[in-house]
Amino acid sequence: MTVKEIIEKLDLQCLNEANLDVEVSGAYASDLLSDVMGNARSGQVWVTMQTHKNVTAIASLKDIPAVILVRGGQPDDDMLEHAKDEDICILVSKDATYQVCGKLYALIG
Amino acid sequence: MHYTFEIERGNFADAGQASSSVKRTLKQLGVAPPNIKRTVVALFEAEINAIAHAYGGTIDVDIDDGKIVMVVADQGPGIPNLDLAMQEGWSTASPQVREMGYGAGMGLPNIKKNTDELKIETEVGVGTTVTMTVYLA
Repeated sequence: MTVKEIIEKLDLQCLNEANLDVEVSGAYASDLLSDVMGNARSGQVWVTMQTHKNVTAIASLKDIPAVILVRGGQPDDDMLEHAKDEDICILVSKDATYQVCGKLYALIG
Repeated sequence: MHYTFEIERGNFADAGQASSSVKRTLKQLGVAPPNIKRTVVALFEAEINAIAHAYGGTIDVDIDDGKIVMVVADQGPGIPNLDLAMQEGWSTASPQVREMGYGAGMGLPNIKKNTDELKIETEVGVGTTVTMTVYLA
């Protein structure tokens, strides 16, 4: 399942088109940044409600191709800028974490 | 190879710059991806600790054929009880830092898990020096 396919299947808003053809290996959902730092794996999409620049810093360090912001969360300006610099796809869902993860699990669990 | 970075108190906006720069260098040097991953997790966590808790500091990174040595030295409050600080879940982070998703008490345990050697020297009222070594063999 590619990032592009996830965007279509989950009806996500895409704020930074990057890594659209990258194959996603799974997902990791957490709002605790050290949890993601320690436990997320490269190639996973990250589901979170955190919207500040450290999200893209961690995504870049962990080789996470896309971040899904839940409940319509909007990235801070400097996060979006950083996402463009670092080629991280920034996606927004109207759904909460539970629904996003349920849909992702059905697709790539 | 030696690199030095400055850490500014509370400057979360630039957090990860040192880790990101070291990651790029290690990639260019052809270091194995698992070792790059371990290194950046440990360095990022140490960087965040210094930004969140200390009053400024420096990061020194030395890379040679066999190992990566990272020294994060801060002028800060020091750690009154290191045993507690090493426990997963223990944190003294401020509410603001917790709102950002830090302060879960996972930073130092993450560092320990991802390094081969970890030395923490700390003195209350003076500062903390964290020395982390990753062997490349």
